[in-house]
Amino acid sequence: MKDFILIFRHEDGGKLASPEQIQIWMQLTMDWLGGIAAQDKLVSRGNGLSFDESRVVGHNNLVTNGPFGDIKETIGGYVIVRAESIDEAVEFAKGCPVLMGEGNTVEVRKLAK
Amino acid sequence: MEQQKIIPHLFRNEFSKITAVLAKFLGIEHLELAEDIASETFLLALETWPHRGIPENPSAWLYTVAKNKAKNHLKRGQIFAEKIRPQVASAFDEILEKDLDLSHQNITDSQLQMLFAICHPAISTEAQIGLALRILCGFGIDEIANAFLSNKETINKRLFRAREKLRFEQVAIEIPGEAAIHQRLETVLTTLYLLFNEGYYSESQDAVLRQDLCLEAMRLTYSLLENPATNQPTVNALLALMCFHSSRFEARKNAQDELVLYHEQDESLWNQELIERGIYFLHQAAQGPKWSKYHLEANIAYWYTIKADTQEKWENILQCYNHLLVLEYSPIVALNRTYALAKVKGNAVAIIEAEKLSLENNHFYFTLLGELYKDIDKGKAKTNFVKALFLAKTHTDKQTIQQKIDHLQIVETQKPGF
Repeated sequence: MKDFILIFRHEDGGKLASPEQIQIWMQLTMDWLGGIAAQDKLVSRGNGLSFDESRVVGHNNLVTNGPFGDIKETIGGYVIVRAESIDEAVEFAKGCPVLMGEGNTVEVRKLAK
Repeated sequence: MEQQKIIPHLFRNEFSKITAVLAKFLGIEHLELAEDIASETFLLALETWPHRGIPENPSAWLYTVAKNKAKNHLKRGQIFAEKIRPQVASAFDEILEKDLDLSHQNITDSQLQMLFAICHPAISTEAQIGLALRILCGFGIDEIANAFLSNKETINKRLFRAREKLRFEQVAIEIPGEAAIHQRLETVLTTLYLLFNEGYYSESQDAVLRQDLCLEAMRLTYSLLENPATNQPTVNALLALMCFHSSRFEARKNAQDELVLYHEQDESLWNQELIERGIYFLHQAAQGPKWSKYHLEANIAYWYTIKADTQEKWENILQCYNHLLVLEYSPIVALNRTYALAKVKGNAVAIIEAEKLSLENNHFYFTLLGELYKDIDKGKAKTNFVKALFLAKTHTDKQTIQQKIDHLQIVETQKPGF
Protein backbone atom coordinates (compact mmCIF):
# COMPACT_ATOMS: atom_id res chain seq x y z
CA MET A 1 0.00 0.00 0.00
CA LYS A 2 1.18 3.50 -0.86
CA ASP A 3 -0.19 6.90 -0.04
CA PHE A 4 -1.45 9.13 -2.82
CA ILE A 5 -2.62 12.71 -2.68
CA LEU A 6 -5.59 13.72 -4.79
CA ILE A 7 -5.41 17.41 -5.59
CA PHE A 8 -8.58 19.09 -6.79
CA ARG A 9 -8.13 21.74 -9.44
CA HIS A 10 -10.96 24.05 -10.29
CA GLU A 11 -11.05 25.97 -13.54
CA ASP A 12 -13.12 28.74 -12.00
CA GLY A 13 -13.07 28.76 -8.24
CA GLY A 14 -14.62 32.19 -8.13
CA LYS A 15 -18.03 30.89 -9.19
CA LEU A 16 -20.61 31.42 -6.49
CA ALA A 17 -22.69 28.53 -5.28
CA SER A 18 -26.07 28.82 -3.55
CA PRO A 19 -26.48 27.38 -0.02
CA GLU A 20 -28.61 24.58 -1.53
CA GLN A 21 -25.87 23.78 -4.02
CA ILE A 22 -23.29 23.76 -1.26
CA GLN A 23 -25.48 21.40 0.76
CA ILE A 24 -25.80 18.96 -2.16
CA TRP A 25 -22.12 19.36 -2.90
CA MET A 26 -21.20 18.50 0.71
CA GLN A 27 -23.41 15.42 0.61
CA LEU A 28 -21.87 14.19 -2.62
CA THR A 29 -18.39 14.80 -1.26
CA MET A 30 -19.18 12.92 1.95
CA ASP A 31 -20.69 10.01 -0.02
CA TRP A 32 -17.49 9.82 -2.02
CA LEU A 33 -15.18 10.14 1.00
CA GLY A 34 -17.32 7.70 3.01
CA GLY A 35 -16.94 5.12 0.25
CA ILE A 36 -13.15 5.37 0.40
CA ALA A 37 -13.12 5.41 4.21
CA ALA A 38 -15.39 2.33 4.28
CA GLN A 39 -12.55 0.44 2.60
CA ASP A 40 -10.16 1.75 5.27
CA LYS A 41 -8.26 3.57 2.51
CA LEU A 42 -8.68 7.18 3.59
CA VAL A 43 -5.43 8.41 5.12
CA SER A 44 -6.46 12.01 5.63
CA ARG A 45 -9.58 13.87 4.74
CA GLY A 46 -7.17 16.66 3.89
CA ASN A 47 -8.66 20.10 3.64
CA GLY A 48 -10.42 22.49 1.38
CA LEU A 49 -8.55 25.59 0.33
CA SER A 50 -10.62 28.74 0.50
CA PHE A 51 -10.99 30.79 -2.65
CA ASP A 52 -11.32 33.99 -0.61
CA GLU A 53 -8.34 35.84 0.75
CA SER A 54 -5.76 34.30 -1.48
CA ARG A 55 -2.53 35.82 -2.65
CA VAL A 56 0.25 34.79 -4.93
CA VAL A 57 3.74 35.73 -3.87
CA GLY A 58 6.08 35.77 -6.82
CA HIS A 59 9.73 36.31 -7.58
CA ASN A 60 11.06 39.51 -6.00
CA ASN A 61 8.25 39.34 -3.44
CA LEU A 62 5.72 40.55 -5.91
CA VAL A 63 2.31 39.96 -4.35
CA THR A 64 -0.75 39.61 -6.52
CA ASN A 65 -4.32 39.43 -5.37
CA GLY A 66 -5.39 35.82 -5.70
CA PRO A 67 -4.14 33.30 -8.16
CA PHE A 68 -7.11 33.59 -10.45
CA GLY A 69 -5.83 36.29 -12.72
CA ASP A 70 -2.56 34.65 -13.60
CA ILE A 71 -3.28 30.95 -13.37
CA LYS A 72 -5.98 29.16 -15.26
CA GLU A 73 -6.65 26.51 -12.63
CA THR A 74 -6.85 26.89 -8.89
CA ILE A 75 -6.33 24.26 -6.24
CA GLY A 76 -9.52 23.81 -4.24
CA GLY A 77 -8.41 21.17 -1.78
CA TYR A 78 -6.94 17.73 -1.34
CA VAL A 79 -7.38 14.36 0.34
CA ILE A 80 -4.87 11.57 0.93
CA VAL A 81 -5.77 7.97 0.17
CA ARG A 82 -4.06 4.62 0.56
CA ALA A 83 -3.97 2.40 -2.52
CA GLU A 84 -2.25 -0.68 -3.92
CA SER A 85 -1.27 1.17 -7.07
CA ILE A 86 -1.59 4.43 -8.93
CA ASP A 87 -4.41 2.78 -10.91
CA GLU A 88 -6.43 2.16 -7.77
CA ALA A 89 -5.84 5.75 -6.65
CA VAL A 90 -7.01 6.91 -10.08
CA GLU A 91 -10.21 4.88 -9.61
CA PHE A 92 -10.81 6.76 -6.36
CA ALA A 93 -10.21 10.06 -8.12
CA LYS A 94 -12.72 9.19 -10.85
CA GLY A 95 -15.52 9.23 -8.27
CA CYS A 96 -14.65 12.70 -6.99
CA PRO A 97 -17.56 15.16 -7.34
CA VAL A 98 -15.10 17.92 -8.31
CA LEU A 99 -15.00 16.31 -11.75
CA MET A 100 -18.66 17.22 -12.28
CA GLY A 101 -17.52 20.75 -12.99
CA GLU A 102 -16.42 21.21 -16.57
CA GLY A 103 -12.72 21.92 -16.90
CA ASN A 104 -11.95 20.71 -13.39
CA THR A 105 -9.33 18.04 -12.78
CA VAL A 106 -8.06 15.82 -9.99
CA GLU A 107 -4.33 15.38 -9.94
CA VAL A 108 -3.10 12.10 -8.42
CA ARG A 109 0.42 12.09 -7.02
CA LYS A 110 2.26 9.53 -5.00
CA LEU A 111 3.60 10.88 -1.73
CA ALA A 112 7.38 10.74 -1.83
CA LYS A 113 7.63 9.36 1.68
CA MET B 1 -39.22 -5.36 48.90
CA GLU B 2 -38.93 -9.03 49.82
CA GLN B 3 -36.18 -10.02 52.19
CA GLN B 4 -34.27 -12.22 49.72
CA LYS B 5 -34.22 -9.39 47.19
CA ILE B 6 -33.27 -6.55 49.51
CA ILE B 7 -29.71 -7.66 50.17
CA PRO B 8 -28.60 -8.06 46.53
CA HIS B 9 -30.35 -4.79 45.73
CA LEU B 10 -28.64 -2.96 48.58
CA PHE B 11 -25.37 -4.59 47.69
CA ARG B 12 -25.47 -3.24 44.16
CA ASN B 13 -26.36 0.24 45.35
CA GLU B 14 -24.37 0.66 48.51
CA PHE B 15 -21.24 -1.39 47.85
CA SER B 16 -20.06 1.03 45.20
CA LYS B 17 -20.81 4.07 47.34
CA ILE B 18 -18.99 2.72 50.39
CA THR B 19 -16.01 1.63 48.30
CA ALA B 20 -15.72 4.98 46.55
CA VAL B 21 -15.91 6.99 49.78
CA LEU B 22 -13.48 4.69 51.59
CA ALA B 23 -11.00 4.71 48.72
CA LYS B 24 -11.16 8.47 48.60
CA PHE B 25 -10.63 8.53 52.38
CA LEU B 26 -7.80 5.99 52.46
CA GLY B 27 -6.12 6.92 49.20
CA ILE B 28 -5.78 4.96 45.95
CA GLU B 29 -2.96 2.83 47.39
CA HIS B 30 -5.54 1.22 49.66
CA LEU B 31 -8.14 0.54 46.99
CA GLU B 32 -8.24 -3.16 47.75
CA LEU B 33 -8.62 -2.44 51.47
CA ALA B 34 -11.59 -0.22 50.66
CA GLU B 35 -13.19 -3.07 48.70
CA ASP B 36 -12.41 -5.49 51.53
CA ILE B 37 -14.04 -3.30 54.14
CA ALA B 38 -17.10 -2.87 51.94
CA SER B 39 -17.26 -6.65 51.43
CA GLU B 40 -16.85 -7.34 55.16
CA THR B 41 -19.68 -4.92 55.86
CA PHE B 42 -22.00 -6.86 53.61
CA LEU B 43 -20.82 -10.15 55.02
CA LEU B 44 -21.84 -8.95 58.45
CA ALA B 45 -25.23 -7.90 57.11
CA LEU B 46 -25.71 -11.32 55.54
CA GLU B 47 -24.80 -13.02 58.82
CA THR B 48 -26.86 -10.91 61.20
CA TRP B 49 -29.91 -9.67 59.31
CA PRO B 50 -31.57 -13.06 58.75
CA HIS B 51 -31.61 -13.58 62.57
CA ARG B 52 -32.19 -10.11 63.91
CA GLY B 53 -34.26 -8.82 61.06
CA ILE B 54 -33.46 -6.06 58.60
CA PRO B 55 -32.69 -2.79 60.40
CA GLU B 56 -35.06 0.11 59.96
CA ASN B 57 -32.61 2.06 57.85
CA PRO B 58 -30.42 -0.58 56.17
CA SER B 59 -28.21 1.93 54.33
CA ALA B 60 -27.43 3.83 57.53
CA TRP B 61 -26.66 0.52 59.26
CA LEU B 62 -24.21 -0.37 56.48
CA TYR B 63 -22.54 3.05 56.64
CA THR B 64 -22.08 2.83 60.41
CA VAL B 65 -20.56 -0.64 60.17
CA ALA B 66 -18.29 0.46 57.33
CA LYS B 67 -17.18 3.52 59.29
CA ASN B 68 -16.36 1.46 62.35
CA LYS B 69 -14.50 -1.13 60.34
CA ALA B 70 -12.44 1.57 58.69
CA LYS B 71 -11.63 3.17 62.04
CA ASN B 72 -10.71 -0.18 63.58
CA HIS B 73 -8.43 -0.86 60.73
CA LEU B 74 -6.71 2.47 61.13
CA LYS B 75 -6.37 1.92 64.87
CA ARG B 76 -4.69 -1.43 64.30
CA GLY B 77 -2.45 0.34 61.86
CA GLN B 78 -1.86 2.98 64.49
CA ILE B 79 -0.62 0.44 67.05
CA PHE B 80 1.76 -0.88 64.46
CA ALA B 81 2.91 2.60 63.70
CA GLU B 82 3.27 3.61 67.35
CA LYS B 83 5.46 0.66 68.10
CA ILE B 84 7.51 0.54 64.95
CA ARG B 85 7.35 3.94 63.39
CA PRO B 86 6.46 6.45 66.14
CA GLN B 87 7.21 9.37 63.89
CA VAL B 88 4.12 8.84 61.74
CA ALA B 89 1.69 8.16 64.62
CA SER B 90 0.40 11.71 64.64
CA ALA B 91 -0.61 11.40 61.02
CA PHE B 92 -2.98 8.58 61.94
CA ASP B 93 -4.45 10.66 64.75
CA GLU B 94 -5.29 13.27 62.21
CA ILE B 95 -7.01 10.79 59.94
CA LEU B 96 -9.00 9.40 62.84
CA GLU B 97 -10.13 12.89 63.74
CA LYS B 98 -11.70 13.28 60.34
CA ASP B 99 -14.98 11.53 60.25
CA LEU B 100 -15.88 9.39 57.28
CA ASP B 101 -18.23 11.59 55.27
CA LEU B 102 -21.05 9.51 53.83
CA SER B 103 -23.27 12.39 52.84
CA HIS B 104 -25.02 12.24 49.46
CA GLN B 105 -22.77 15.00 48.13
CA ASN B 106 -19.56 13.28 49.16
CA ILE B 107 -20.73 9.95 47.78
CA THR B 108 -21.51 11.48 44.37
CA ASP B 109 -18.25 13.44 44.35
CA SER B 110 -16.20 10.42 45.39
CA GLN B 111 -17.77 8.23 42.72
CA LEU B 112 -17.09 10.79 40.03
CA GLN B 113 -13.51 11.29 41.19
CA MET B 114 -13.08 7.54 41.34
CA LEU B 115 -14.30 7.27 37.75
CA PHE B 116 -11.53 9.62 36.66
CA ALA B 117 -8.94 7.75 38.75
CA ILE B 118 -9.93 4.39 37.26
CA CYS B 119 -9.81 5.77 33.74
CA HIS B 120 -6.14 6.60 34.13
CA PRO B 121 -4.25 6.03 30.87
CA ALA B 122 -1.77 3.76 32.70
CA ILE B 123 -4.22 0.86 32.80
CA SER B 124 -5.79 -1.04 29.93
CA THR B 125 -9.33 -0.34 28.76
CA GLU B 126 -10.42 -3.84 29.76
CA ALA B 127 -9.08 -3.30 33.28
CA GLN B 128 -10.74 0.12 33.44
CA ILE B 129 -14.11 -1.42 32.68
CA GLY B 130 -13.47 -4.24 35.13
CA LEU B 131 -12.58 -1.82 37.91
CA ALA B 132 -15.54 0.40 37.08
CA LEU B 133 -17.86 -2.61 37.30
CA ARG B 134 -16.33 -3.68 40.60
CA ILE B 135 -15.84 -0.38 42.38
CA LEU B 136 -18.47 1.87 40.87
CA CYS B 137 -21.22 -0.55 39.98
CA GLY B 138 -20.80 -3.07 42.78
CA PHE B 139 -20.56 -6.11 40.51
CA GLY B 140 -19.21 -9.34 41.95
CA ILE B 141 -16.16 -11.00 40.41
CA ASP B 142 -18.42 -13.77 39.08
CA GLU B 143 -20.65 -11.27 37.36
CA ILE B 144 -17.71 -9.45 35.80
CA ALA B 145 -16.29 -12.78 34.59
CA ASN B 146 -19.69 -13.54 33.10
CA ALA B 147 -19.94 -10.16 31.39
CA PHE B 148 -16.49 -10.59 29.81
CA LEU B 149 -17.11 -14.29 29.01
CA SER B 150 -14.07 -15.01 31.11
CA ASN B 151 -13.29 -16.77 34.39
CA LYS B 152 -12.87 -15.61 37.96
CA GLU B 153 -9.10 -16.12 38.07
CA THR B 154 -8.48 -14.05 34.96
CA ILE B 155 -10.65 -11.22 36.23
CA ASN B 156 -9.05 -11.31 39.68
CA LYS B 157 -5.59 -11.16 38.15
CA ARG B 158 -6.60 -8.34 35.83
CA LEU B 159 -8.08 -6.27 38.65
CA PHE B 160 -5.11 -6.98 40.90
CA ARG B 161 -2.67 -5.73 38.28
CA ALA B 162 -4.82 -2.67 37.63
CA ARG B 163 -4.88 -1.76 41.34
CA GLU B 164 -1.11 -2.25 41.55
CA LYS B 165 -0.69 0.06 38.60
CA LEU B 166 -2.87 2.77 40.14
CA ARG B 167 -0.88 2.48 43.37
CA PHE B 168 2.42 2.63 41.48
CA GLU B 169 1.33 5.69 39.53
CA GLN B 170 0.03 7.29 42.74
CA VAL B 171 -3.12 8.32 40.96
CA ALA B 172 -5.03 10.93 42.94
CA ILE B 173 -8.75 10.44 43.50
CA GLU B 174 -9.90 13.79 42.22
CA ILE B 175 -11.46 15.49 39.26
CA PRO B 176 -8.45 16.59 37.22
CA GLY B 177 -7.88 20.24 36.45
CA GLU B 178 -9.67 21.88 33.56
CA ALA B 179 -6.90 21.23 31.07
CA ALA B 180 -6.60 17.56 32.01
CA ILE B 181 -10.36 17.00 32.05
CA HIS B 182 -10.55 17.30 28.30
CA GLN B 183 -7.95 14.58 27.75
CA ARG B 184 -9.14 12.25 30.55
CA LEU B 185 -12.83 12.75 29.82
CA GLU B 186 -12.33 11.02 26.51
CA THR B 187 -11.09 7.87 28.26
CA VAL B 188 -13.90 8.10 30.81
CA LEU B 189 -16.44 8.30 28.00
CA THR B 190 -14.84 5.38 26.16
CA THR B 191 -15.11 3.29 29.32
CA LEU B 192 -18.75 4.22 29.85
CA TYR B 193 -19.49 3.63 26.17
CA LEU B 194 -17.90 0.18 26.29
CA LEU B 195 -19.61 -0.59 29.57
CA PHE B 196 -22.94 0.19 27.93
CA ASN B 197 -22.07 -1.85 24.85
CA GLU B 198 -21.01 -4.75 27.02
CA GLY B 199 -24.57 -4.78 28.30
CA TYR B 200 -26.31 -4.01 25.04
CA TYR B 201 -24.48 -6.39 22.74
CA SER B 202 -23.25 -8.86 25.35
CA GLU B 203 -23.17 -12.46 24.22
CA SER B 204 -23.82 -13.71 27.74
CA GLN B 205 -27.33 -15.07 28.20
CA ASP B 206 -28.02 -13.36 31.51
CA ALA B 207 -30.63 -10.79 30.49
CA VAL B 208 -30.84 -9.17 33.92
CA LEU B 209 -27.10 -8.65 34.13
CA ARG B 210 -27.04 -7.14 30.66
CA GLN B 211 -29.68 -4.60 31.48
CA ASP B 212 -27.94 -3.78 34.78
CA LEU B 213 -24.72 -3.02 32.93
CA CYS B 214 -26.53 -0.56 30.70
CA LEU B 215 -28.32 1.11 33.59
CA GLU B 216 -25.07 1.50 35.53
CA ALA B 217 -23.36 3.00 32.49
CA MET B 218 -26.24 5.47 32.17
CA ARG B 219 -26.17 6.32 35.88
CA LEU B 220 -22.44 7.09 35.75
CA THR B 221 -22.80 9.12 32.56
CA TYR B 222 -25.61 11.07 34.16
CA SER B 223 -23.42 11.77 37.21
CA LEU B 224 -20.95 13.47 34.84
CA LEU B 225 -23.75 15.81 33.77
CA GLU B 226 -24.46 16.72 37.38
CA ASN B 227 -21.01 18.25 37.70
CA PRO B 228 -20.58 21.57 35.86
CA ALA B 229 -16.96 20.75 34.99
CA THR B 230 -17.96 17.60 33.15
CA ASN B 231 -21.36 18.64 31.83
CA GLN B 232 -20.04 18.87 28.28
CA PRO B 233 -21.59 18.37 24.83
CA THR B 234 -19.88 15.00 24.25
CA VAL B 235 -21.20 13.67 27.56
CA ASN B 236 -24.72 14.76 26.65
CA ALA B 237 -24.31 13.11 23.25
CA LEU B 238 -23.23 9.85 24.87
CA LEU B 239 -26.18 9.84 27.24
CA ALA B 240 -28.55 10.61 24.35
CA LEU B 241 -27.10 7.63 22.50
CA MET B 242 -27.64 5.39 25.54
CA CYS B 243 -31.22 6.61 25.99
CA PHE B 244 -32.13 5.88 22.36
CA HIS B 245 -30.59 2.42 22.44
CA SER B 246 -32.06 1.38 25.76
CA SER B 247 -35.50 2.57 24.68
CA ARG B 248 -35.71 -0.65 22.65
CA PHE B 249 -34.71 -2.99 25.47
CA GLU B 250 -38.18 -4.45 26.01
CA ALA B 251 -38.69 -5.03 22.29
CA ARG B 252 -35.39 -6.78 21.63
CA LYS B 253 -36.35 -10.11 23.21
CA ASN B 254 -39.41 -12.27 22.73
CA ALA B 255 -41.12 -14.49 25.30
CA GLN B 256 -38.63 -17.29 24.49
CA ASP B 257 -35.76 -14.90 25.28
CA GLU B 258 -34.64 -14.83 21.64
CA LEU B 259 -33.27 -11.72 20.00
CA VAL B 260 -35.84 -9.83 17.92
CA LEU B 261 -34.32 -7.93 15.02
CA TYR B 262 -35.04 -4.23 14.59
CA HIS B 263 -37.44 -4.65 11.68
CA GLU B 264 -39.49 -7.25 13.48
CA GLN B 265 -39.76 -5.34 16.76
CA ASP B 266 -43.09 -4.25 18.19
CA GLU B 267 -42.81 -0.47 18.21
CA SER B 268 -45.37 -0.11 20.98
CA LEU B 269 -42.79 -1.68 23.30
CA TRP B 270 -40.28 1.08 22.62
CA ASN B 271 -39.95 3.31 25.65
CA GLN B 272 -41.17 6.76 24.57
CA GLU B 273 -40.00 8.43 27.75
CA LEU B 274 -36.42 7.34 27.14
CA ILE B 275 -36.67 8.49 23.52
CA GLU B 276 -37.80 11.92 24.69
CA ARG B 277 -35.00 12.10 27.24
CA GLY B 278 -32.60 11.17 24.47
CA ILE B 279 -33.88 14.00 22.31
CA TYR B 280 -33.42 16.39 25.23
CA PHE B 281 -29.78 15.34 25.77
CA LEU B 282 -29.15 15.46 22.02
CA HIS B 283 -30.31 19.10 22.00
CA GLN B 284 -27.99 19.82 24.92
CA ALA B 285 -25.18 18.11 23.03
CA ALA B 286 -25.69 20.35 20.01
CA GLN B 287 -24.50 23.39 21.94
CA GLY B 288 -20.83 22.68 21.37
CA PRO B 289 -18.76 23.58 18.33
CA LYS B 290 -17.41 20.08 17.78
CA TRP B 291 -19.12 16.92 16.57
CA SER B 292 -17.76 13.83 18.25
CA LYS B 293 -18.42 10.23 17.28
CA TYR B 294 -20.99 10.18 20.08
CA HIS B 295 -22.89 13.01 18.39
CA LEU B 296 -22.91 11.08 15.14
CA GLU B 297 -23.90 7.80 16.75
CA ALA B 298 -26.60 9.49 18.82
CA ASN B 299 -27.97 11.07 15.64
CA ILE B 300 -28.09 7.70 13.92
CA ALA B 301 -29.75 6.18 17.00
CA TYR B 302 -32.28 9.01 16.95
CA TRP B 303 -33.28 8.26 13.37
CA TYR B 304 -33.67 4.62 14.32
CA THR B 305 -36.35 5.61 16.82
CA ILE B 306 -38.49 6.47 13.80
CA LYS B 307 -39.45 3.17 12.29
CA ALA B 308 -40.88 4.29 8.96
CA ASP B 309 -38.46 4.15 6.01
CA THR B 310 -38.28 7.68 4.67
CA GLN B 311 -35.76 9.13 2.24
CA GLU B 312 -34.92 11.81 4.82
CA LYS B 313 -34.21 9.24 7.51
CA TRP B 314 -31.82 7.15 5.42
CA GLU B 315 -30.12 10.15 3.83
CA ASN B 316 -29.37 11.48 7.32
CA ILE B 317 -28.18 8.11 8.57
CA LEU B 318 -25.94 7.69 5.53
CA GLN B 319 -24.33 11.10 6.09
CA CYS B 320 -23.68 10.29 9.75
CA TYR B 321 -22.02 7.00 8.79
CA ASN B 322 -19.91 8.83 6.17
CA HIS B 323 -18.68 11.24 8.82
CA LEU B 324 -18.08 8.47 11.35
CA LEU B 325 -15.91 6.57 8.88
CA VAL B 326 -13.94 9.65 7.96
CA LEU B 327 -13.31 10.21 11.70
CA GLU B 328 -12.31 6.62 12.35
CA TYR B 329 -12.52 3.40 10.34
CA SER B 330 -14.44 0.47 11.75
CA PRO B 331 -15.63 -2.58 9.76
CA ILE B 332 -19.03 -2.60 11.47
CA VAL B 333 -19.57 1.07 10.60
CA ALA B 334 -18.47 0.32 7.02
CA LEU B 335 -21.12 -2.42 6.81
CA ASN B 336 -23.83 -0.23 8.35
CA ARG B 337 -22.95 2.57 5.98
CA THR B 338 -23.37 0.23 3.02
CA TYR B 339 -26.80 -0.80 4.31
CA ALA B 340 -27.83 2.86 4.57
CA LEU B 341 -26.44 3.45 1.07
CA ALA B 342 -28.68 0.66 -0.25
CA LYS B 343 -31.68 2.38 1.37
CA VAL B 344 -30.78 5.69 -0.28
CA LYS B 345 -29.44 4.63 -3.66
CA GLY B 346 -30.74 1.12 -4.14
CA ASN B 347 -29.23 -2.34 -3.83
CA ALA B 348 -27.43 -2.36 -7.17
CA VAL B 349 -25.32 0.66 -6.23
CA ALA B 350 -24.72 -0.71 -2.74
CA ILE B 351 -23.52 -4.10 -4.05
CA ILE B 352 -20.73 -2.43 -6.03
CA GLU B 353 -19.63 -0.57 -2.89
CA ALA B 354 -20.10 -3.61 -0.64
CA GLU B 355 -17.86 -5.81 -2.78
CA LYS B 356 -15.03 -3.29 -2.37
CA LEU B 357 -15.12 -3.75 1.41
CA SER B 358 -13.72 -7.32 1.19
CA LEU B 359 -14.28 -8.20 4.84
CA GLU B 360 -13.84 -11.89 4.07
CA ASN B 361 -13.71 -13.04 7.69
CA ASN B 362 -16.83 -11.26 8.81
CA HIS B 363 -20.17 -13.07 8.77
CA PHE B 364 -22.07 -9.77 8.87
CA TYR B 365 -20.36 -8.88 5.59
CA PHE B 366 -21.74 -11.95 3.82
CA THR B 367 -25.13 -11.53 5.49
CA LEU B 368 -25.28 -7.99 4.12
CA LEU B 369 -24.27 -9.14 0.63
CA GLY B 370 -26.91 -11.87 0.82
CA GLU B 371 -29.54 -9.29 1.77
CA LEU B 372 -28.50 -6.95 -1.04
CA TYR B 373 -28.61 -9.75 -3.63
CA LYS B 374 -31.94 -11.14 -2.39
CA ASP B 375 -34.08 -9.40 -5.00
CA ILE B 376 -31.42 -9.24 -7.69
CA ASP B 377 -29.81 -12.67 -7.86
CA LYS B 378 -31.14 -15.44 -5.60
CA GLY B 379 -28.22 -17.75 -6.39
CA LYS B 380 -25.67 -15.16 -5.28
CA ALA B 381 -27.80 -14.33 -2.26
CA LYS B 382 -27.72 -17.96 -1.18
CA THR B 383 -23.96 -18.35 -1.76
CA ASN B 384 -23.35 -15.34 0.48
CA PHE B 385 -25.74 -16.48 3.21
CA VAL B 386 -24.05 -19.90 3.24
CA LYS B 387 -20.64 -18.24 3.65
CA ALA B 388 -22.09 -16.19 6.50
CA LEU B 389 -23.52 -19.32 8.13
CA PHE B 390 -20.10 -20.95 7.96
CA LEU B 391 -18.40 -17.95 9.62
CA ALA B 392 -21.03 -17.19 12.29
CA LYS B 393 -20.01 -18.14 15.81
CA THR B 394 -23.01 -17.83 18.09
CA HIS B 395 -26.09 -20.00 18.01
CA THR B 396 -28.36 -16.95 17.64
CA ASP B 397 -26.44 -15.69 14.60
CA LYS B 398 -26.49 -19.11 12.94
CA GLN B 399 -30.21 -19.38 13.58
CA THR B 400 -30.94 -15.97 12.06
CA ILE B 401 -28.88 -16.74 8.95
CA GLN B 402 -30.43 -20.19 8.55
CA GLN B 403 -33.87 -18.55 8.59
CA LYS B 404 -32.80 -16.27 5.77
CA ILE B 405 -31.64 -19.26 3.69
CA ASP B 406 -34.87 -21.13 4.41
CA HIS B 407 -36.89 -18.10 3.42
CA LEU B 408 -34.98 -17.79 0.12
CA GLN B 409 -35.76 -21.43 -0.68
CA ILE B 410 -39.45 -21.04 0.13
CA VAL B 411 -39.64 -18.09 -2.24
CA GLU B 412 -37.74 -20.06 -4.88
CA THR B 413 -40.06 -23.07 -4.81
CA GLN B 414 -43.08 -20.81 -5.00
CA LYS B 415 -41.91 -19.45 -8.31
CA PRO B 416 -44.04 -20.83 -11.11
CA GLY B 417 -42.18 -23.29 -13.32
CA PHE B 418 -39.20 -23.49 -11.03
